[in-house]
Amino acid sequence: MVGIIGYGAYIPRNRIKVEEIAKVWGTDAPSYKRGLMLEEKSVPAPDQDTITMSVEASRRAIRRAGINPAEIGAAYIGSESHPYAVKPSGTVLAEALGATPECHTADLEFACKAGTECMFIALSLVEAGRIKYGLGVGADTSQGAPGDALEYSAAAGAAAFIFGKENCVAVSEETYAYMTDMPDFWRREYQYYPQHGGRFTGEPAYFTHITAAARGIMKKSGTSPKDFAYVIFHQPNGKFPFKVGQILGFNKAQIEPGWLVNKLGNTYSGSSPLGLTSTLDIAKPGDRILLVSYGSGAGSDAFIWKVTDRIDEVRDLAPKTRDILDTNKKYLEYGEYAKFRHKILKAE
Amino acid sequence: MPTPSRYWREIPQRYRYEASRCTGCGKIFFPPRLVCSACGSREFEPTKIAEAGKVMTYTVIHTPPQPFVDQAPYAMGIVELDDGVRITGQIVDCDFSELAVGKRVRLEFRRISQDGKAGVIFYGYKFVPEI
Ligand SMILES: [Zn+2]
Repeated sequence: MVGIIGYGAYIPRNRIKVEEIAKVWGTDAPSYKRGLMLEEKSVPAPDQDTITMSVEASRRAIRRAGINPAEIGAAYIGSESHPYAVKPSGTVLAEALGATPECHTADLEFACKAGTECMFIALSLVEAGRIKYGLGVGADTSQGAPGDALEYSAAAGAAAFIFGKENCVAVSEETYAYMTDMPDFWRREYQYYPQHGGRFTGEPAYFTHITAAARGIMKKSGTSPKDFAYVIFHQPNGKFPFKVGQILGFNKAQIEPGWLVNKLGNTYSGSSPLGLTSTLDIAKPGDRILLVSYGSGAGSDAFIWKVTDRIDEVRDLAPKTRDILDTNKKYLEYGEYAKFRHKILKAE
Repeated sequence: MPTPSRYWREIPQRYRYEASRCTGCGKIFFPPRLVCSACGSREFEPTKIAEAGKVMTYTVIHTPPQPFVDQAPYAMGIVELDDGVRITGQIVDCDFSELAVGKRVRLEFRRISQDGKAGVIFYGYKFVPEI
C-alpha cells in the first residue's frame, strides 16, 4: 500500500481584505464578496516566497511522517512563482530538509495544478519502488495585475506531502488525469502579470476539466459521490467549488472542511493541496477523500485517498491548517500590500 | 552581502542549523569549530541547535546596512536557544510593541537578502514568535 505518510501546511500571516482592494479601484466590495464568496486573502512578506513556504510546509510534513529526511529520494515543487527563472527551487528545499545529495528534484509548472502534479509523480515513484519516500509540494505567491479581478484572489501558501509504503495516514486508492490544450490563462516570458480569457476560464476550462476528472476517477474506481466523506476541488474563488460540487452530486458538508478560499484566497499550486491538509486535520479513520485539482492550460489531476488509523497519532504533531489560517493574522493596507508585492518600487 | 561562494559554504548552518558538540565537555558550537574554547578538546560530534528559545535582548534597526535597506525598520535580537546556544538574527512576524525580553521565538526559513534584481537570493533563518 502506498499513500501519504505526512503532510504539512504553511500560510503567511499577512492578509488584505477585499474592501481594501476595492477601495483603491473604485469597485463595489459587497458585490465582489458575494460574487466570488471571498472576504480576504493571504499576502507573503517580502522575505517569504515559494521556496521559504515550501521548506516550512515540508518540515511540518516530515514531523508528521516521523522519517529521516535523508531517505527522501525525490523532492518536487510545483509553482508558477519559482523565485528564479533559471535555478531550481527544489535544490534549496532538499538541502534545507537534509535530503541531499541522493535525491531527485524538479520544479514543475502548470498554473494551479503544479502541486498535484508533484504529488502524482512522487507517489508514482514510491509505488514503482524506485524511492523509499517522495515529497510533493504545491506552493505559490501568485500575483494579479493591479485592478484586475485576479488581484482580489491571488494569494500565497504551501502544502507538502510525503509519500511512502508504510505508516500511511491516507492510502492512495486511485489516480486519474484529464488534460486538453486550452488558452484560458497564461503568462509569457518576461511578463510580470498573467493574462486570462475572462469568462472563458469558467465553463470550458474549470468546470469541464474538473467534472471530467471527477467522473473519470469515480468510473475507474466504481465509486459515486456518496462513497466520499469529503471532496476538495481547486478553489480559484469561493463559488466555483460549490458549483462544481453541485453539478457532480456532492453536498456542502463534503466540501466545507477543505474549502479555505474565502479567508485564504487562491493559492494556485497550493490551493487544492491545502484543502486536503485541512480535510486530513479533521478526517476520521476509514473516511474516503476525493481530491481534484485544476490548472489552466488546462487539466485536472484526481486522487482518491482512504484515511487510516494513523491519522489520529500524527495530526497534532504540526500546526493544523485552520489554526494557521485563523490565528496571528495581520491586516495590511493597500499601500503596504503594494510595497510587499513590488507593485510600487522605490526610485533607484 | 555574502559572496555566492561564502553563502554556499555556510549552507549547513543557514539552512539546517548544523552545529558541533564537544565530546570532552558537551559545549555546542554554532558554527562548528575545530578546537573547543572551553576545554581545548579537538573531538566533536555533529549536532543541530535547538529550533526555539527566548529573546535575551533586542533592538529595532532604522538605518540598516545596504542589503537590508528595504526591510527597515526591523527587529534584531539575541536569542538563547533551548540548548543554551545564543545566536543573533532578525525577529519577524512580530509587532515591535510585542517584542520583549523572555519572549518565546522559533527559527523559520526566510529570505535574508538578495543581490539586487539579478543576483543570488540568500536564504537562511529568522526568528518568529512561537505560537
Ligand atoms: Zn569542550
